[in-house]
Amino acid sequence: MARRVSGRRQLVVTLIAWAIGLAIFFPILWTILTSFKTEAEAIASPPSFLAFEWTLENYAEVNSRSNYPLHFMNSVIISLGSTLLGLLIAIPAAWSMAFVPAKRTKDILMWMLSTKMLPPVGVLIPIYLMFRDFGLLDTRIGLVVVLTLINLPIIVWMLFTYFKEIPGEILEAARMDGASLWDEVVYVLTPMAVPGIASTLLLNVILAWNEAFWTLNLTAAKAAPLTAFIASYSSPEGLFYAKLSAASTLAIAPILILGWFSQKQLVRGLTFGAVK
Amino acid sequence: MLSPAVLLLLGWMIVPLSMTIYFSFLSYNLLMPGMEQFVGFANYEFFLTDPAFFEALANTLLLVGGVLVITIVGGTALALLLDQPMWGQGIVRILVIAPFFVMPTVSALVWKNMFMNPVNGLFAHLAKGVGLEPFDFLSHAPLFSIILIVAWQWLPFATLILLTALQSLDQEQLEASEMDGAKFGSRFVHIVLPHMSRAITVVILIQTIFLLSVFAEILVTTNGGPGYASTNITYLVYAQSLLQFDVGGGSAGGIVAVILANIVAIFLMRMIGKNLEA
Repeated sequence: MARRVSGRRQLVVTLIAWAIGLAIFFPILWTILTSFKTEAEAIASPPSFLAFEWTLENYAEVNSRSNYPLHFMNSVIISLGSTLLGLLIAIPAAWSMAFVPAKRTKDILMWMLSTKMLPPVGVLIPIYLMFRDFGLLDTRIGLVVVLTLINLPIIVWMLFTYFKEIPGEILEAARMDGASLWDEVVYVLTPMAVPGIASTLLLNVILAWNEAFWTLNLTAAKAAPLTAFIASYSSPEGLFYAKLSAASTLAIAPILILGWFSQKQLVRGLTFGAVK
Repeated sequence: MLSPAVLLLLGWMIVPLSMTIYFSFLSYNLLMPGMEQFVGFANYEFFLTDPAFFEALANTLLLVGGVLVITIVGGTALALLLDQPMWGQGIVRILVIAPFFVMPTVSALVWKNMFMNPVNGLFAHLAKGVGLEPFDFLSHAPLFSIILIVAWQWLPFATLILLTALQSLDQEQLEASEMDGAKFGSRFVHIVLPHMSRAITVVILIQTIFLLSVFAEILVTTNGGPGYASTNITYLVYAQSLLQFDVGGGSAGGIVAVILANIVAIFLMRMIGKNLEA
């Protein structure tokens, strides 16, 4: 990486990169800024960039008028619930495939991946009808189940690639030193597995938080997470830009922050370990 | 220890999918319960000869292809740029990848209202500022507008993965070629591009899987219109089954979508499978 370059060239590169970076980020920045404007200022022509009267009334209004806290909690419960349930199912599976690989392990992994390639519309109708018949439409538990299944292949794969990097010899060494099975699990394996599990958790919370096919099709009012709540702004009445911006800022802020921490894991998780 | 995960996924795959296949051979409308009857391939015939299907298929290909071109070319350029030494590299990286974390409904609505709206959007203000007539993006170029929105969401993904691949490039090799007098162009074509080809293939395949199923962006911006101008296969199946309650026709469309996705999936699986052995 340490290539010598002239100061001038670095200055030019820096300027171009910052300009492009800011341009790509601009829609998000604009949304955040608009969320602090009044509705009148939000559509004023020409628009003001920073010189407007900053207000928090949109946040207050979004919170009081709509049932924003409910939808936010739905997002938290659905994304965290489906991820934790997925981990519970996937950890034993990934563990056994990484440490006790059988002849079929690779086939099973590939087959799991293939379920992820099933386009959701292929199963939309049966899932919708089953949900209707079992009273699961517009319930959090229904969405938790669907999102768990959707993301299970990614969870298994990510865990598998992390677990595979834990050297088996270290277990033998521990055994030689007289560690019991319990000691092995608690003092040797767990500390080494925790970072991988944490990364997997992070990425899957992000994916589940932003999932916008099943959440839109299977929820109405009660269990709608933020993706579906924001979609209700697509047919608004009257002035709504500032309120849309406030609701959007609140919806993306937590995941934006989580996402910035998970850059590395993102590459690995989304390419199923094909690019590291 | 493996079985719970396998059984669950097996159930998730087989039960609904076989139900979709079964429904696709029935004349079955939710508004007329109890009237289901076996109709053979009539639903497929109807779906595959419907002009809307061809329009949706063309839109799907344009959407996938357009976004792929923008994100691969843009992502490669951005990755090359971000790989250079600069001040504040970490911050620029954060700015560039941010759109990936924005949920689809938010990014679609923000672009639709605050940028592309012909009266109050920022693009309209800009156009008026330089004396041009504002352009109504979503009614006059609906598919193009959706391609732009989706490309904005996926550019970070391509950039991040291509940058990761670029950073594993052997610098000594580059320096040696530089000393041998190779120009930037030939270094890029003969050293950088071959090194990144695998990552580019992975990006293409993974994005294709997701892009074939673009849904929320269409739902909240154009509802597939005007006419079928921005309807893709996913949206067409959704409209047929949940808006027109035609379970049989929608199921046939769903199976067609599964077959299309499988064609891509075969290539992707082969790539990843190879990597697993290495």
